[in-house]
Amino acid sequence: MAEFQTAPAGASVGQKLLTWVDNRFPLTKLYNEHLGEYYAPKNLNIWYAFGALALLVLVMQILSGIFLTMHYKPDAAKAFESVEYIMRDVPWGWLVRYMHSTGASAFFIVVYLHMFRGLLYGSYRKPRELVWLFGCGIFLCMMAEGFFGYLLPWGQMSYWGAQVIVNLFSAVPFIGPDLSLLIRGDFVVGDATLNRFFAFHVIAVPLVLLGLVAAHIIALHEVGSNNPDGVEIKAHKDPKTGIALDGIPFQPYYTVHDIFIASVFLFIFSAVLFFAPEGGGYFLEANNFIEANPLKTPLHIAPVWYFTPFYSMLRATTDVMVNILAAILAVGGVLAILRGGFGAFGKIAVAVAAIVAIFLLKTFDAKFWGVVVMGGAVIVLFFLPWLDRSPARSIRYRPAWHRYLYIVFVILFFILGYLGTEPPSTGGNYVSQVGTLFYYGFFLLMPWWSRLGTFKPVPERIIFSAH
Amino acid sequence: MSDQKIDDGKRTWIIASGCVGAIGAGFVAVPFVSSFLPSERERAAGAPVEVDIGGIRPGEKLTVEWRGKPVWIVRRTPEQLASLPKLDPLLADPQSKRKPDELTPPYARNEDRSIKPEYLVVVGVCTHLGCSPSDKFAPGAQPSLPDDWAGGFLCPCHGSTFDMAGRVYKDKPAPDNLEVPPHVYLSDSRILIGEEKKA
Repeated sequence: MAEFQTAPAGASVGQKLLTWVDNRFPLTKLYNEHLGEYYAPKNLNIWYAFGALALLVLVMQILSGIFLTMHYKPDAAKAFESVEYIMRDVPWGWLVRYMHSTGASAFFIVVYLHMFRGLLYGSYRKPRELVWLFGCGIFLCMMAEGFFGYLLPWGQMSYWGAQVIVNLFSAVPFIGPDLSLLIRGDFVVGDATLNRFFAFHVIAVPLVLLGLVAAHIIALHEVGSNNPDGVEIKAHKDPKTGIALDGIPFQPYYTVHDIFIASVFLFIFSAVLFFAPEGGGYFLEANNFIEANPLKTPLHIAPVWYFTPFYSMLRATTDVMVNILAAILAVGGVLAILRGGFGAFGKIAVAVAAIVAIFLLKTFDAKFWGVVVMGGAVIVLFFLPWLDRSPARSIRYRPAWHRYLYIVFVILFFILGYLGTEPPSTGGNYVSQVGTLFYYGFFLLMPWWSRLGTFKPVPERIIFSAH
Repeated sequence: MSDQKIDDGKRTWIIASGCVGAIGAGFVAVPFVSSFLPSERERAAGAPVEVDIGGIRPGEKLTVEWRGKPVWIVRRTPEQLASLPKLDPLLADPQSKRKPDELTPPYARNEDRSIKPEYLVVVGVCTHLGCSPSDKFAPGAQPSLPDDWAGGFLCPCHGSTFDMAGRVYKDKPAPDNLEVPPHVYLSDSRILIGEEKKA
């Protein structure tokens, strides 16, 4: 415990009050650790603003969400009506509601960009693995929030979207049907489902989310921010002060940056909020303005855009795709045995694992594997810190073709996202299958390809010139 | 701390009481998890539905709600019935042999999956992920369907197709044929869905 401090003689009331608080709560200490004496690299660029923007959007979502619960009724008979009531009768209710629904999309845009920044500059590499893992946890929580929240307006898309996703769980062998019953709480998506999704959306998941956000920031501030050069600024400290030479206090230097970027963001956000709150049918789908009807599936159902890349992968997993996966496993197994650098036991283990995996692939329905492929596409992100073996963290010092690979990855991710919003088609399905294979290849083969090529020399210290 | 001796006896008791506590917490979880299951009221709501099918004209479909799900009654035309056997090679399970206890009651395990060939009674819920397929009774080429389409149902969610007997086509996301609910004819024009014998 710290020594009891006394304010110097002639101190102002404010100083005295701060001393009083500091003796009882580490206010100054927290401020210094996270803002005033948190040294961030000097060369952070605009990509580094999306973390702060995500925090801003999180606050907006919580605030607007609280006000929505004051008028919303989680009851299958009243839910749709109460949302329309918010939209039409509650003073400024439309603004709060659109803020929340547009905010959800904004949250995902900002977080996808934030994650892509991590990919570009290797921000997940040692010692920042836990920062990345907590972040992936946040991403999972956001997906859960998006899914639970989308049922609440009780429109056609809400209903059928939930129906499809809950039925995904029934594809799990053996326990599936009971599991989906447990989630729905009824034999069909109904009042019980709506009520529990409300509980998850407004309290259970947000609590976990906030905890993870705190852990994400604490872990980040423990190890310090990465930077576009991907070099460790703590390697060069001022011998006297022990402060990184290339560091700069977060407050005021980056707070000012972030406030400016937040203002620009709010300009764009307000423009969407006031002029295109439904985002052309991508943020809020037209069918969701029709009340849920359990007897009639809309002619075209698609999840909200932020799920569609993964949804395309689900649709891509047909029987043919399962056969392709089995063939890839077989070839991969043979290659690993012939070329792999491990002993006899390792090779036997690879052979057994490959045979078991192929057997399982052919045993269970393609439907189940679709769920596995979709879930795996998110889970694989958790392993990124250990998949990337590149000698240079940042894309700046990696071979040029790595950059092209990233470009192809992004383009295919967009194409997958687009196809997920479209009705199923044979041609589209082939493209989704290629996209899915590329997505998995990108991550699972990363230990191999990330080491290949000629790397540029990584500088000792960051490249930065003050303007 | 390091120079202190570890009291093994105390440590054993700490571990033991920790384990007992964990088991207790496990038991406490049971009522909470169980509360997720359907309530008694929801279990009770599943009464059979009686439907008058006299008014359906050939080629038309009637949808009724049974246990919260849509049940379709389609009066098939002779042409539609005649096309069914020709499709067998294209179907995943033409003879309804998969999961017969869940999907197809004994009296519907035939080519047209019905008691009376004219009337198809199926639960209109795709066996893939539970969407309700839409009617595509008109044969011929149309969007999302093959050019030699013989008429049937198309699931809008993931593109599974079913023929006029609710049998699923090969290499589609849906693994199984549409479910035939237990049903019985009370008279020529009245059926009871949800029960197999006359009450």
